Amino acid sequence: MSKVKFDILESACVPLPFENVDTDQIIPARFLSATSRQGFGDNLFRDWRYLKTGEKNKEFVLNNPVYHGKVLVAGKNFGSGSSREHAVWAIFDYGFRAVVSSFFADIFMNNALNNGLLPIVIPDDLLKKLHGLIQQNPETKVRIDLEKQTFTILSSGESVNFAINPYKKECMLKGLDDIDFLLSMKNEITGYEKNQSLAK
Amino acid sequence: MVRSIEDGPDVLYIDRHYIHEVTSPQAFNGLKERGIPVFRPAKTLATADHNIPTKDQHLPIRDELSRNQVERLSENCKKYGIELFGLNNPKNGIVHVIGPELGYTLPGMTIVCGDSHTSTHGAFGTIAFGIGTSEVEMVLATQCILQPKPKKMKITLNGKLHKGVTSKDIIMYIISEISASGATGYFVEYCGSAISGLSMEGRMTICNMSIEMGARGGLIAPDETTFEYLKNLPSIPGIKDIKSSVSEWKTLRSDSGAVFDKELNFDAGKIKPMITYGTNPGMGMAIDDSIPMSDDNGNKASASFIKSLDYMGFKPGMKLLGHPVDFVFIGSCTNGRIEDFRAFAELIRGRKKAENITALVVPGSKKVEEQMIAEGLIEVYKNAGFEVRQPGCSSCLAMNEDKIPQGKYAVSTSNRNFEGRQGPGSRTLLASPLTAAAAAITGKITDPREFVNE
Repeated sequence: MSKVKFDILESACVPLPFENVDTDQIIPARFLSATSRQGFGDNLFRDWRYLKTGEKNKEFVLNNPVYHGKVLVAGKNFGSGSSREHAVWAIFDYGFRAVVSSFFADIFMNNALNNGLLPIVIPDDLLKKLHGLIQQNPETKVRIDLEKQTFTILSSGESVNFAINPYKKECMLKGLDDIDFLLSMKNEITGYEKNQSLAK
Repeated sequence: MVRSIEDGPDVLYIDRHYIHEVTSPQAFNGLKERGIPVFRPAKTLATADHNIPTKDQHLPIRDELSRNQVERLSENCKKYGIELFGLNNPKNGIVHVIGPELGYTLPGMTIVCGDSHTSTHGAFGTIAFGIGTSEVEMVLATQCILQPKPKKMKITLNGKLHKGVTSKDIIMYIISEISASGATGYFVEYCGSAISGLSMEGRMTICNMSIEMGARGGLIAPDETTFEYLKNLPSIPGIKDIKSSVSEWKTLRSDSGAVFDKELNFDAGKIKPMITYGTNPGMGMAIDDSIPMSDDNGNKASASFIKSLDYMGFKPGMKLLGHPVDFVFIGSCTNGRIEDFRAFAELIRGRKKAENITALVVPGSKKVEEQMIAEGLIEVYKNAGFEVRQPGCSSCLAMNEDKIPQGKYAVSTSNRNFEGRQGPGSRTLLASPLTAAAAAITGKITDPREFVNE
């Protein structure tokens, strides 16, 4: 549960223009044996970052010093597959604060919102355009305003609104915790339990 | 539902919370930091399944991190008063196998677990879905979860399944038709004669893989098949007289006039044994088909499509029948139940495993293993040259030693064929238990219908 606040972010982008990137790629299963939330950034995209020999894969974007920033610009259907929240922890721990795509898998999106990592959905053609701009100029910067729900490409001035669940938006802006909210409802929950007739 | 938040998610009460060793430690850490107990330990059930070995389970786990994680679960369950069917417990097994077989999954329940294949339990007419570790903590703390209402999709399957075609092929077919993201944002209800004609285990296989098309969960309305299954269980926790429960469960059906956000229809008679050729479960085809020349959008030059085939060592337009394979895995929460092992056994009976195949035969639970022994199946496997291991998630995600080596092909009855899923560089071909058995005998991708009497 994160008390991280998100407000306005201006940053260069790291492009990952592959579709259907699943959480096994984001954080392979063999790294899930940890019992704390820390340190997952080291193993983010592990099998794409490193070759079988153990050397860094120079072809992979995270190893290319030309790209940097707190915004990961992905391809369509990002975060599919396993529910492992460790995938979000890895992305956040590495330093990203927002992920941009035209389509996110449900569980990943939920996990991201629960951990202060903002998932931003933009139209597919804008996503393609953005990838093109980043390829031409790795210093392409974007501005994300959570309060206004706007995503702006600073070089071109192009701006779109992005959707976010109002409750989650409030939590992220204020760094609020779902569990504190639920704990405050204890009486209501026990009241519900008493009203249930099904033998459980 | 406890409360509906305006412009926000609903507060959903959870009737059954399943936990396992991989996605719970950080959740328990959170409770400790807050200094609060588990709210309803009696509604929580734990197992160790993902990270355990499938051999020599009586010995201490060799890998330090795995051992630590499994021990941590034991400590947490003891501290917070949660029932644990841990390693070496006679009720131990894969979480989505033991829940139903021990009577913990019942129609009408809301069920969650820190595992995306929680959708399996939907086969009993439950609202069951996977959650992340932060939500595991939420449920441990309050027995509730914040959940936005998903859209509803109805998938109707009529027609008659041909021999040699199984429930696994059904769900693989559906996913190949609508893609790995085709049901994202939806909760799916499966209906139709081909669905109601399936056994509970067949239904569990279908609901299990709902997540692979992006669905939040998948369910099938309970009927006589469901009630018979439950009546035949040795016991059901919390229920002494099942008859009164059955009359309530009979009401759990969608109204005939129910409106769905999307409806799809499929003909079971069109389905053939399936196999995947790419690196997501949507990249599947009939076993005698050729790999498509382009991705779903007709894009021959799609970077993802090319990367995927490259990884698998395949080419567009290629046929897979006859392609040699190296490993066969039967098990997992998708196909690790007794009917799956019976089907595999029938095909291999009197035959011998191919020399070039290394087989991993992993029962889904201790109960399944016991049943295999009682039915004389272990002998059938042994005589055919197969070694039967001990229960666990095993090779499905290869967190333990059961990893498929770099570059090797594995025909697997599990649920995901992502890059490196079964081990770095491993090449997974998803299939039904029959298709896996056929490959194990011939040493190459084989149509199981060759072995099945029409």
